[in-house]
Amino acid sequence: MVDVAIHAEGLSKRYKLGQIQPYRALRDTISDVIYAPFRAGARVARGGPLIKPKETPEGRLWALKDVSFEVKRGEVVGVIGRNGAGKTTLLKLLTRITEPTEGFAAIHGRVGSLLEVGTGFHPELTGRENVFLNGAILGMRRSEIKERFDAIAEFSGIEKFLDTPVKRYSTGMGVRLAFAVAAHLEPEILLVDEVLAVGDAAFQRKCLGKMESVATEGRTVFLVSHNMESINALCTRAIWIDDGHLRADGDPPDIVRAYLATTRAELGTVSIADRSDRTGPGPIRFVGLEIRDALGDTIETINSGETVEFVLSYVTTGEPLAHVSPFMYIRDQYDHPLLVFWSKLTAEDFEVLPREGKLVCLVPRFPLSPGVYQIDVGATVNSPTVRDSGDEVKNAATFEVVTGDFFGTGRSAPPPITFQCPHSWSAEDT
Amino acid sequence: MQPQSLAGESDRAAADALRAADIAGRIPVWSSQPGATIIRPSRTFLDLGLRSLWPYRELLFYLTWRDIKVRYKQTVVGVVWVLLQPVLTMLIFVIIFSKLAHLKAPGHIPYPLFVFAGLLPWQLFASGMAGVTASVVGNTSLITKVYFPRLIIPIAAVLSGLVDFAMSLIVLVILMVHYRYVPGLEALAIPFFILVAIATALAAGLWLAMLNVRYRDVQYTIPFLTQAWLLLTPVAYSTSIVPVRYRALMGINPMTSVVDGFRWAFVGGPAPWSHSFAASLAMVGLILTSGIVFFRRTEKTFADLI
Repeated sequence: MVDVAIHAEGLSKRYKLGQIQPYRALRDTISDVIYAPFRAGARVARGGPLIKPKETPEGRLWALKDVSFEVKRGEVVGVIGRNGAGKTTLLKLLTRITEPTEGFAAIHGRVGSLLEVGTGFHPELTGRENVFLNGAILGMRRSEIKERFDAIAEFSGIEKFLDTPVKRYSTGMGVRLAFAVAAHLEPEILLVDEVLAVGDAAFQRKCLGKMESVATEGRTVFLVSHNMESINALCTRAIWIDDGHLRADGDPPDIVRAYLATTRAELGTVSIADRSDRTGPGPIRFVGLEIRDALGDTIETINSGETVEFVLSYVTTGEPLAHVSPFMYIRDQYDHPLLVFWSKLTAEDFEVLPREGKLVCLVPRFPLSPGVYQIDVGATVNSPTVRDSGDEVKNAATFEVVTGDFFGTGRSAPPPITFQCPHSWSAEDT
Repeated sequence: MQPQSLAGESDRAAADALRAADIAGRIPVWSSQPGATIIRPSRTFLDLGLRSLWPYRELLFYLTWRDIKVRYKQTVVGVVWVLLQPVLTMLIFVIIFSKLAHLKAPGHIPYPLFVFAGLLPWQLFASGMAGVTASVVGNTSLITKVYFPRLIIPIAAVLSGLVDFAMSLIVLVILMVHYRYVPGLEALAIPFFILVAIATALAAGLWLAMLNVRYRDVQYTIPFLTQAWLLLTPVAYSTSIVPVRYRALMGINPMTSVVDGFRWAFVGGPAPWSHSFAASLAMVGLILTSGIVFFRRTEKTFADLI
């Protein structure tokens, strides 16, 4: 019996940047070829080389570079890192969806991945037919699927609808069935990429339970997640991937703490104005965020329950802007969104804005309990949805809430309670 | 290590060889045991890799089954449409080529029977080629999420056309009963011609499918390609009206031999001409083999390109 499940050495994946762009049309390539001699002529006329210089290394991107690790049988490894750090690329390499550019990995045992939940589900086919199709796609033999069919049906909790075409299912039902198949694949090595975000809460708990039992059965699990709680709770080891490199490897609590510390430290050192990882075309740009108390003084920490103002400084490109709706998302340190402040909700869009200025959001009786929170700032312009925002900066700042006087009693609800709500108690005669 | 692109071709080959030797020394011993998989940059050049398809035969079955099932899901309309297509085409051909242009079938074969026996393998090929072309892009969600030999997808696409073919075969049998034709011993060759038709559809389709992954406008050229190819294939007319010196040239088109052969096996008439037949088989073999080789070389980038 081999005690190693995955052995990866120097695993690297390089993408040409062009590959990330949308597909080309054949006619583009043909016209490129036809015009090439003319372009070469023009190049020589300008004093350039006859043959176009080869692609530069800048046109390539190492999504993963020189990653080596070894996973023992039965380990539950959590993979953390920022978006775009290479976590998903690593899973894609381990599932053989794409090939490494350099290095190799040796895997012992059947690999199942939750990247693939519901893969190949066809809306025209019934639930039953899809179980067989999906099972075969995930690598189960017909006999295995038959044997486990009843268990799959029961786990999904939608036995009644198995002979209904999947196109008539709600999203939740489809996900349940898909996860039920995947959960019964019984791979020796399970790769998971945050699918637990789908489905209702009860089903999520069921899936987490199934994962825990998978882990205790001595199976190897590789879990990619942004949810630090589940990394801490489920994993026996954590790997931190940063910018395509393996940055740290060790006990989950240590790695999670180190990771969270850097994300916070980086946010502290870079001002909003200098952040380049923003989205939106930017007719408006946020350049600063401060928090003020009721007296107008800038504060670093918020007393739970006090009245605060969030002040967003902005600049515009000067073009006239209509319907500017600023928003702020507040998340906990595990990235769960908790609150949104959005001028659309309060019907307070700004029709005309000066070129530069400040937008102020007043929050009476700040409702969060003591803890550390992150804040995203942004604004939609001329648009009804947040997706087409004019500007958006994720994790623009972190702030801390400390014990305050929410209830006018000098007390605040302690963690893990997140929200507080004014209330009162009384007794009534029956 | 420097990015490969900076090295010259020969340097790169040398570096590849070095790296391969290097990797071979470091791969854990247990990875040669059953149940182990090695993931590394592939170096196959002229490898058809057909053996790697065998463990995935059940997947091939299920994907074929899915295509058929989905097509016939709206049962009544599905079956009627499958039967209507060749029958209507035959009627149009009869009106235009026989009644208006006074084209004759060789021997005393009734023209409708002659055309229909040619249309059957043609439809099998044409729908197979279109299906294969669209198959890889059409299964994007599978390709970007699960590993399996990608060749399964086009093969499933071409196999699922066999059910349509079987359906219209019934119509042919009805026509033969109507015209009182009994096939002779030649009928034993039918499976062989079906096989060549499928191989041709797969061969042409594989190349088009690969192009289609990279250049999405390829699929728009399929209707034109099919139309031109149909006129170059002796479906509406007989090879016997083509001057002898051009017949070898026609053999380059494998469908000439398939259509001629299929018709000969069913309703008799002149046997397919051996020279052009050999040329056809060689052509199919060449396009199919090269198609598979290139398909296997490019399949690893499908997930990145699609």
